[in-house]
Amino acid sequence: MSAHEDDPILDVRDLRVWYGTGGDPVRAVDGVSFQIGRGETLGLVGESGCGKSTLGRGVLGLLPDAAAVTGSVRFDGRELVGAPAAEVRDLRGPELGLIFQEPMTRLDPLQTIEAHFREALNTHRPELGKEEVRRRSLEALAGMGIPRTRFGQYPHEFSGGMRQRIMIALALVLEPKVLVADEPTTALDVIVEAQILGILADLRRNFDTAILLVTHNLGIVAEACNRVAVMYAGEIVEEGDARELFAEPAHPYTRELLRATISLETTGLNYIPGAPPSLIDPPPACRFHPRCPSAMRVCADLHPIEVRAPAGQRVSCWLHGPEGQIPAGGREPLERREFAEAEEA
Amino acid sequence: MKESSGSSGLRTYVLTRLALALPTVLILLTVVFLLMRVAPGDPITAALGARLPAKELEKRKEEAGYDKPIISQYGEYLGQVVTLDLGESVTDNRSVTSILAENGSATLELTVAAFMITLLVGVPLGLMAGRYRDGPWDVGGRLYGIIIYAFPVFFLGFLFQLLASQFGWPTSGRASPLVEYDLDSITNFYVIDTLLQGDWSAFWDVLQHLFLPAFVLGLTISGVLIRLIRVNLLQTMRGDYVEAARARGVSERRVVINHAFRNAMVPVVTVAGLQFAILLGGAVLTEETFNWPGIGSELVRYLNQRDYIAVQGIVTVFAVAVVIVSLLIDLVNAFIDPRVRYR
Repeated sequence: MSAHEDDPILDVRDLRVWYGTGGDPVRAVDGVSFQIGRGETLGLVGESGCGKSTLGRGVLGLLPDAAAVTGSVRFDGRELVGAPAAEVRDLRGPELGLIFQEPMTRLDPLQTIEAHFREALNTHRPELGKEEVRRRSLEALAGMGIPRTRFGQYPHEFSGGMRQRIMIALALVLEPKVLVADEPTTALDVIVEAQILGILADLRRNFDTAILLVTHNLGIVAEACNRVAVMYAGEIVEEGDARELFAEPAHPYTRELLRATISLETTGLNYIPGAPPSLIDPPPACRFHPRCPSAMRVCADLHPIEVRAPAGQRVSCWLHGPEGQIPAGGREPLERREFAEAEEA
Repeated sequence: MKESSGSSGLRTYVLTRLALALPTVLILLTVVFLLMRVAPGDPITAALGARLPAKELEKRKEEAGYDKPIISQYGEYLGQVVTLDLGESVTDNRSVTSILAENGSATLELTVAAFMITLLVGVPLGLMAGRYRDGPWDVGGRLYGIIIYAFPVFFLGFLFQLLASQFGWPTSGRASPLVEYDLDSITNFYVIDTLLQGDWSAFWDVLQHLFLPAFVLGLTISGVLIRLIRVNLLQTMRGDYVEAARARGVSERRVVINHAFRNAMVPVVTVAGLQFAILLGGAVLTEETFNWPGIGSELVRYLNQRDYIAVQGIVTVFAVAVVIVSLLIDLVNAFIDPRVRYR
């Protein structure tokens, strides 16, 4: 279909990230697959605690030692899961960049902006001379609208929006091919949010950078992403073209998420009853079935199988079949008492 | 390179901090002065009451100004402090200034050496313990910290004295008697004096004498320092900027040294500095154990003899020393941490 499927720069298959907590592991990411092509932006949405930030870090190999990672993350054909730590580290920065949710604390308070840039460039481009390092840094900062006079200043002398732009400049000065943006605008006001989204859009257009945009804000996805993946309880439940998916959501969770979005036309607030499930002991079969308004009997018994929805997206939901796999009587509505149980849990 | 708020901010901060130290000193001096006068009677009677005839006592009191109203005594005291002439001890007629020069320098020499040993032992061990949490360095470092902290100084002192005497290593005093006799007191710091004289065998003798008490005192505090550095490093290692540096592919070594360690040192500097200040007055046990002629043991002696003038003089200097040390701490902190000097 589109270019990304022939030659994805980032190809994640059946990725699992489990945190050992002594007893049962926390299944933060549980069998996730997606691809991103060059110059493409994939939005990753879901509620808080669904594992989307873990997924973003897992791509960069930035997880704590206690995390067990299985599956495959291929960057430009190179396998990162199980690769030596030093090898993955060398990719972080010049190939895989990361920008964070909370810009206020991401810069070392004891070091100038200049020192941050010098460290990043000296690490990955040791051949560059002092003047060249300075020139590139100032250029990256200028691109983010940070004047050169502030190069020698310390992080506390900048506002939150400026710090986020500095963080982005710091990521971009290394010219990464893939940028993971973990809720980059959540902590910022709407004006700065628009600026940052504009910057990301320029990046995609001008440098063909692939972006994984992690967010819980569907408005941002609609504005900034080509494709969107919806994550629920460690799994991707639906993934496809952003426009089509929003026009015709196939998974009940996506539908409910869209219904819960607030706009000027909103007259009442919609929410999804219940809370995101525990990732230590997630509900059996379809993880959304305790909260799902369209739950059927089969949803509580069997894990859904990924199918193509009519609008073209991938979706894991029994509503869309495959018909042959649903046992007799599986389409009967699920009785609600289980929902009450799950809510209490 | 540094624009606007960089170095000029530091200068303003230093000047403000210096100006603020003056009232602090004044308050401390007042407290010392008043404390010395809460006790009933006057210092002369307290120290010499039973030993001199009443007339002689009166004469001495007049000489020392104790018959005057308290406010003019206060004025005189402040005057003494400013002119650095803190009077003479009642019991043995030594000038407080010379007590400080002889015994104070001994304590300072011991404290500085002990502190260097503390840093030498504590910083690397704390760093390793925090860096490799729950690893052998961490477990060992924590265990060492507890044990060393639980040992009383004199016990550790005797232990080392016993060990050292087996090898003929000196275990008492500042120098061998002959060396001390030949020594010209220039700075009263024996290590420096012998160096200035270029007398290498004397220098070695002094160094040998200094090592044991400094080592014992240094080890005692190093336990606290290890735990302090460890816990701060554990915290900064989880810091957001540390993760961000890792996300830029910075090597773990560089992340630890440039970001985690430097940030962990900010609170450590404060506590370590205060430890140093406490050591100045609190090395009494070590001094007694090693027969070290320091100011702490002198202070205890004068206190027992109720020689308030000597006590007042020594305590005054302690108070000023603590103010100076905390001033230094603030300056070091301002140098490390730009946020301190920003306000």
